[in-house]
Amino acid sequence: MTLPLTPSQTVGPYFAIGLSRRPEHELVPSGSDGAIVLSGTVLDGEGAPVPDAMVEIWQADPSGAYVAGFGWARSGTDADGGYSFVTVKPGRVEGQAPHLVMLVFMRGLLKPALTRVYFPDEAETNEADPVLAGVPEEQRARLLATVDGDALRFDLRMQGEEQTPFFTL
Amino acid sequence: MSVHEGRLAEIADEERPGGDPDYLYPDYRSTERRGPKSPLLILPHTLSETTGPVFGESAVDEFDADLTRQHGAEPLGERIVVSGRVTDDRGHPVRNTLVEIWQANAAGRYAHHVDQHPAPLDPNFTGAGRCLTDADGRYRFVTIKPGAYPWGNHPNAWRPQHIHFSLFGRAFTERLVTQMYFPGDPLMEFDPIFQSVRDPAAQKLMVSSFDWETTTPDWCLGYRFDVVLGGRAATPLDRE
Repeated sequence: MTLPLTPSQTVGPYFAIGLSRRPEHELVPSGSDGAIVLSGTVLDGEGAPVPDAMVEIWQADPSGAYVAGFGWARSGTDADGGYSFVTVKPGRVEGQAPHLVMLVFMRGLLKPALTRVYFPDEAETNEADPVLAGVPEEQRARLLATVDGDALRFDLRMQGEEQTPFFTL
Repeated sequence: MSVHEGRLAEIADEERPGGDPDYLYPDYRSTERRGPKSPLLILPHTLSETTGPVFGESAVDEFDADLTRQHGAEPLGERIVVSGRVTDDRGHPVRNTLVEIWQANAAGRYAHHVDQHPAPLDPNFTGAGRCLTDADGRYRFVTIKPGAYPWGNHPNAWRPQHIHFSLFGRAFTERLVTQMYFPGDPLMEFDPIFQSVRDPAAQKLMVSSFDWETTTPDWCLGYRFDVVLGGRAATPLDRE
């Protein structure tokens, strides 16, 4: 006998009061050894930037271990729909290619959207990754960050032909 | 559900089991351009899906759990205690998990620049709180009862009184953001966000109950709100 789960509701437009009070978008100090900037834009079904979204990531450490006190960060989006993290590349977890787990929340989203972010310099491990290989081929590239100068870029498209692949458990 | 060789199974959002709302709920207009429309891919349960962040005492400041003591004087409004227990679906406590809340003030106004409702701001109320659950999964906030407020979804649209809740639980993929409502609020029946949860039994899980046990004589009323999070197998980070 299991208990029914409490249902999800939208974060609404005012979550910054409670969820963006502290800066929590840096897993490691900016400019530190191995630090990577990961940023992107959240876009709605008409391609318009979403200025009131919240993006969270969860990742392993560089050795591929999930450890207490490391691995989680969040960033609100700015007026142009942009989010940004400072992190490090995670190691391989259970033989998977390095990846981040990402959740996005926003007004108009009644439950979070779940996706993964893979790394563009991991062609071989990406090829062998069981999750990535299980995504329809034409959608796989949408789960890869792209190189953008010194940073990595990963845009979230909520709807449309180029929609970001979203997952469930 | 469809299955292809080597491919992750897919499921249409509206076919997912459980009480969560669908991404698309036309009565809540903003879902139309923001809710994903493609089928969802079903992830295997690797460590990435079964682990989640662990927060320590450093995540919480002294007055984070008492929203009436964060400024020089007390906020206006009806003082309340909101408390409850966070468990998994077998009733086991979810310990030391971060609970975050945010809410409007007693007049129905958020301390947020986007909120232009012509109701007064309260210089003594920010409306944000945080705490960690204890060893039995219990949390407790002191705050004031938030007011109802109008919004632009449809003509004469009003949000019922509610407090936003954010919880982490054991696995990041089971993270929950929800809203706690108050018993007997007539606006719930007309609120598309509340009604996006279609099953009346699931709706009830979002409504707090009046609680004599925490109602304090000559001080404040108590409301109880228990939360049940996804109950996947305990993770390597949940050793305590």
